[in-house]
Amino acid sequence: MSLLTVSDLTVSTADGRTLVDGLSFSIAKGHRLGLIGESGSGKSLTALAVTGLLPPGLRASGTVLLDGTPVIGANERSLNRLRGRVAAVVFQEPSTALDPLMRLGNQVAEPLRRHQGLRGAALRAAVASALEEVALPARVAHAYPHEVSGGQRQRAAIAMALACRPALLIADEPTTALDVTVQAEVLALLDRLVAAHDMALLFVSHDLAVVGKVTDEVVVLSSGRAVRTGPLRAILADPQDDYTAALVASARRLDEALGGAL
Amino acid sequence: MILEARDVGFRYPSGAPVLDGVSFGVTPGRSVALVGESAAGKTTLLRLLLGLRRPTSGSVLFQDAPLPTGHRAARDFRRHVQTVFQDPYSSLDPRQKVSRIVAEPLRALGFTDHAPRVSAALSAVGLPVDAADRYPHEFSGGQRQRIAIARAIAVEPTVLLADEPVSALDVTTKVRIIDLLAELRATRGLTLVLVSHDLAAVASLCDETVVLERGRVVEQGPTGAVLGSPQDAYTRRLIASIPRLP
Amino acid sequence: MRRRVFLIAGIVLVALVVGIALVSLFWTPFPAADTTGGRLEGPGAHHLLGTDKLGRDLLTRLMIGARIAVAVGLGAVALGAVVGGVAGLLAGFANRWLDDTLAALLDILIAFPTLLLAMLVVAARGASLGSAIVAIGLAMSAIVARLTRVLVKRVLAMDYVTLARTSGVSWPRIVTAHVLPNIWPTMAVNLALQFGLAVLAEASLSYLGLGPPPPNASWGRLLQEAQSTVLTAPIGAIAPGVLLVVLVVGVNLLADGLRDVADPTRRGHR
Repeated sequence: MSLLTVSDLTVSTADGRTLVDGLSFSIAKGHRLGLIGESGSGKSLTALAVTGLLPPGLRASGTVLLDGTPVIGANERSLNRLRGRVAAVVFQEPSTALDPLMRLGNQVAEPLRRHQGLRGAALRAAVASALEEVALPARVAHAYPHEVSGGQRQRAAIAMALACRPALLIADEPTTALDVTVQAEVLALLDRLVAAHDMALLFVSHDLAVVGKVTDEVVVLSSGRAVRTGPLRAILADPQDDYTAALVASARRLDEALGGAL
Repeated sequence: MILEARDVGFRYPSGAPVLDGVSFGVTPGRSVALVGESAAGKTTLLRLLLGLRRPTSGSVLFQDAPLPTGHRAARDFRRHVQTVFQDPYSSLDPRQKVSRIVAEPLRALGFTDHAPRVSAALSAVGLPVDAADRYPHEFSGGQRQRIAIARAIAVEPTVLLADEPVSALDVTTKVRIIDLLAELRATRGLTLVLVSHDLAAVASLCDETVVLERGRVVEQGPTGAVLGSPQDAYTRRLIASIPRLP
Repeated sequence: MRRRVFLIAGIVLVALVVGIALVSLFWTPFPAADTTGGRLEGPGAHHLLGTDKLGRDLLTRLMIGARIAVAVGLGAVALGAVVGGVAGLLAGFANRWLDDTLAALLDILIAFPTLLLAMLVVAARGASLGSAIVAIGLAMSAIVARLTRVLVKRVLAMDYVTLARTSGVSWPRIVTAHVLPNIWPTMAVNLALQFGLAVLAEASLSYLGLGPPPPNASWGRLLQEAQSTVLTAPIGAIAPGVLLVVLVVGVNLLADGLRDVADPTRRGHR
C-alpha cells in the first residue's frame, strides 16, 4: 500500500473558484515525487492539503490517505498524531516557519518532547544529534533564528521536520529563498538524509533543474490540474502538451545560455 | 566610461565595511553584470550607483564626472539613468493608474509630451495601449515587470540599472522578460547594468561580469571568460552550485 | 454589494444626526433654557419626547446635543489629524535620533490619561465646548501621530518610492503622490474610529461636569442628568444613548465604505 495516496483532490475557495482540480497521485514508502508548477498552479496548496493545513476559507474534497488514515475531514487531534511522525513539512521561508522568540534548540526539541516523550538529558542528546545530522554546530541550539544565516535557519527547520523520523517529508520550495551556493548544500543534505532514513519525499518546486537534483518522478501542474506525469528525463525529451512544452522550452533556454557560457 | 565605480568603499558609522575598494566601469552600449549572493554588497553598490547614497571612500562617476549632489543638479543624470527593481509588486504604486506610473519620470524630469511617450513605452514593452487606464493589481507579475520597464524607458535613458529584474518571475515569464531586455538593448543601444545572482540571466544579457563577494570584487572580465574559466575559488563554487537540467 | 449597503447605511445614519444638528441651529421646539414644561412629563403632543426634571423639552436638548456631538467629533478629529498627522509625517521621515526622540515623546503622551489632560485644559481655559475639543483633540493627536509614523515608514520602504527618487521626483511631491494616498485609507478608518471615541469622550467629560456648561447640554450631560430618574422616566437616558450609538456606528460604516470605494485594489470585489 502507498504511504500517501491522493485521489481526485480538489481545493476550492468559499466563492466557488477551483484552485486544485481533481488531482491524483501516490507515493510509496521510500519513494520520491516532484510536484512542478509555476505560481498559481496549486502546487503549494496541494502540499498543505495533504497534511490538512489548508488556510481557513479553502475547502478540500476528494481523498487523501496518509499511511492509511484519511486526512480530509479528519479532526485536529488525529491530524496532530500524523504530523511530525508520519509526515513533516519544510516550507520555503525558514524565517516565518520558525518562532522568532524561541531558541532553535528548543524548537527542535518541541516535536521530540511531544511525540517521543523525551525529557532532560535524553532530550538534550536527541536535539544535539538532530542538529549534528543537518551539519549545524552545537552552539546553534542556543541561538535565536535571527542570529543565524538563512541557510542555517533552513537546516534547523529540516532538523525539526526530521526529528521524529517521519515516513514522508514534504518540502515546499525549500531552497527558493536561499543563495545558490547554500541551495546546493541544502539540496545535497536533503537528498542524503531522505536516502539514509529511507524516507519518502514530496518535493514541490517551480524549478525543473532543482527538482532534477532530488527526484526523477514528477507531476507537472498547471492551473490546478496535472498536465503531465512521469520521469523528468522523459518529459524533458518529449513534453507533449503545450503547457509542459513551454515550461521545458523556457528552462532549456536558460540552461543553454548557461551551458554556452560555461 | 559612461558609469564607473572607482575604488568605492562604503561602511556604516558603526560596523564592518559593506563595500571595499570596488572598481568597475561600463562603456556606452555595453552591458555589465554585478553578480553575487546575499551580503555581497550588491544592493548597497546599486544605491551608490544611483546616487541615493554617497560612498564613504572612492567615487562614482557618470560620464567621467562625480555624481552631482542636489536635486536640481542631478536632473541630467536622472534623465540618463533609469532603474528596474526585482519586486514587481513593490515597484508600482497600487493607487496609481499605469499611465500615471509610467509618466512619473516624464513629469519629474520636465518632459511635456506625456501621452505619446507613455503609449510608445507601453507598446515597446509589448503591453496593449489600454493598459494605461488600468491599475497594477489587474496585471500578472510578468506584466507588472513590463510596466516597470516601460516606466524606466519612457524618458529614453542611456543607462538601465536593473536589480534582479527576473528573479521573482516564473521561468516562462523570466525568459520573455530577458528577451525584452535584450531587444531593448539591441534596438535602443541601451547600456545595461544588471545586478543579479541568476547566472543564466547574466549569461543571456551581459557582455561583462563582475563577481562580488563580501563587498569585494573577486573577479571581473568578459562574461564568457569569467563563467567559462573562472579563476577565483568563490566564482568556481558559485558556478558549480547552479542546478542544471538532467 | 454588501459593502455598498454598509456605505449607504453609514451615510443615512450620519446624515440623520448631522441633519438634526443643522436644524437645531435654526429651529428647536422650545428655546434651550425654556423650563415651562411640567417636570418629567412623558412623551406627548406638546413635548414629543417629554421633559426632564427641570421641565425642559427633551427633544430640544437632544437636538442641541447633536450639534455639540458633531462639533466635538469634527473639531477633535481635525485637530488630532493635523497635529498628529504632521508630527507622524515628520517622525516617519526623520533620521534615527529625531525619530527615537519623537517616538518616546509620543509614548509618554499616549500613556497620559485623556481625563487628566482634559482637567488641565479645563483648569487653564475653563469648561467650554472649545476646551473639550482641545483636550480630546490633543489626546487623539498622539495616537494619530504614532499610526501615521508607522504607515509613512512602511510606504517609504516601498520600491516605488525609491524609483520616484531615482527619477528625480522631489520629496514634497513624493509625499503628495505616493505617501498620502497610500496611508489615507488606513488613516480614514482610524480617524472615523477616533471620531466615535471623541464623541464618547466628550460624553464622559460632560458626565463628570468638565464639558460645555448648561444650558448647552451634550448627550453625556443628558445621560448624567437622567441617571437619577432612569427607572421612572427611562426615555431621558435611552434617547441620548441611542443617538450616540447611531452617530458612532454611522461614522464607522461610512469610513469603511469610503475606504473601499477609494481603493482601486478592492473595486470590483465583493
